[in-house]
Amino acid sequence: MMIKQLKEGVLDNNPLLIQLLGICPALAMTTNVSNALGIGIATMVVLLLSNLFISLLRKLIPNEIRIAAYIVIIAGFVSAVEMLIKAYLPELGRSLGIFLPLIVVNCIILGRAETFASKNKVLPSLMDGFAMGFGFTFALIVVASIREIIGAGTWFGVNVLGESYQSVLFFIMPSGAFITLGCLVALMKKLTSFPKKVPKNSIESLESESVTAEKVEEPVEIPAEEEVIVEEIKEEVEVAEKNDN
Amino acid sequence: MITELLLLMLSAVLIENFVLSRFLGCCPFLGVSEKPAAAVGMGCAVTFVMTVSSAIIYLIYTYILVPFDLIYLKTIAFILVIAALVQFIELFLKKFIPVLYNEFGIFLPLITTNCAVLGAVLLNIEKGYDFIYSVSFGFSAAIGFTLAIILFAGIRERLEFADPPKAFRGIPLALVAAGLIAMAFTGFHGISFS
Repeated sequence: MMIKQLKEGVLDNNPLLIQLLGICPALAMTTNVSNALGIGIATMVVLLLSNLFISLLRKLIPNEIRIAAYIVIIAGFVSAVEMLIKAYLPELGRSLGIFLPLIVVNCIILGRAETFASKNKVLPSLMDGFAMGFGFTFALIVVASIREIIGAGTWFGVNVLGESYQSVLFFIMPSGAFITLGCLVALMKKLTSFPKKVPKNSIESLESESVTAEKVEEPVEIPAEEEVIVEEIKEEVEVAEKNDN
Repeated sequence: MITELLLLMLSAVLIENFVLSRFLGCCPFLGVSEKPAAAVGMGCAVTFVMTVSSAIIYLIYTYILVPFDLIYLKTIAFILVIAALVQFIELFLKKFIPVLYNEFGIFLPLITTNCAVLGAVLLNIEKGYDFIYSVSFGFSAAIGFTLAIILFAGIRERLEFADPPKAFRGIPLALVAAGLIAMAFTGFHGISFS
C-alpha cells in the first residue's frame, strides 16, 4: 500500500512532471539543488499537515465553503513553516524569498486536499501527502541537478566537473529553466507511455494497432485483379442460375 | 518622481517580467494560452484584480496589520483578501457590467490561486513601496503578464500546425517555446537607466 502510493507519487502520477502542478516554484527555485531541496521539503511539510487536518475535519467542513476553509488551513501552516525557516535557517529563508509564502497558492496542496484528503481517512491521507510531497521534491531535485551541474558545474555547491569546466550560463537563466522542464516532461511522457504498460488507453498503442492492421490488410488488397475476377465469376454464376431458372 | 515611477513600471513590464523572469503566474500562462482571445480575457482579468488588490492590500497592511502588530498573519490575510476581492469583483461585474462579466467572468475564479497576484502584493510589502508605487507596480506587473500571455498565445496557435516528436506534443513544446520567449526577453536586461 505504502510502496504503491509512493511509486504513484514519484513516477506514475508525479505532481510536477505528469500532472504539471506547481510549475512556478519548479522554475524559479531550481537554479541550485539546495534551494530546490528547501522549497521541496517546505512544500512536503505543509502538504502533510494540511492533508492531516483536512482529513480530520472532512466531516465538519460544509461543502459550500470548503475551498475557503482549505485555503485558510493551508495558509496557517505555510505561515508557521515560514516563521520556523526564518528563525532557524535564515539564509535559506532569504534565498527562497517570496516563494516561501507562495506555497499557499501551490496547486498541488489544494489539489490533494480537494481530490484526496477530503474523501479519505487520516492515515491514507498522510501517506498520500508524503508520497506526493516526496515526488514533487524528487522532481525538483532532478531539475535543479541538471541546471546546477550544467549551468555552474557544481552540485549542492560542491564542484563536480572540475575547475576547467566552462559553465553554460544558459541553464541558470530563466529560459534554461523553461527548456529543461519542457525536455523532462517530454522524457517522462515518453517513459510512461510504453504500450506494454497501458495497452488500452494510451494513444501510442492505438496507433501501433492501426499500423499492424494496415499491414495485415495490405496483402489482401494487392491482388485487386483477382477480386474483380472472383466477382465476375460470381456474377456469371448468378446470371447462369437466373438463366437456368 | 515621475521618471522614477515610469522606470519602475517599464522594468516591471519588460526587464523583470512576471512570467518570463520571475516565474509568477505560470499556471494560467500555460493553461489559458491556447487561444489568443482567451489569453486577452485572462490578461484583462488579472490586470483588474492585481491593480485593485495592490491598492486594497496596501491599505489593509498599513492601517490594520502594522498598527495592531499582526504582521505574522500577513499570508493568511492577503490570500483571504484576494479571494474575497475576486468573489466581490465577480458579483459586481455580473450585476453592473454584464458585458465585461461575459468577457472575462470565467477566468475570475482561477485568479484566486494565481501566484502572480499574491506574489505582486508580497513584493510590494517586501520592497516597502508606498501607495502610488504599489498600485503602479501591481498594474505594470499585470501588463507584463498580459503582454507575455498574449505573445505566447500567438505562438501556441502556430505550434498547432507544427509536427514535433510525439513526446513533445502539447505542454513540453509549449514550455520550450516559453523558454525561447524568455530568452528574447533577457535581451531587455541590457537596458540601463543611468
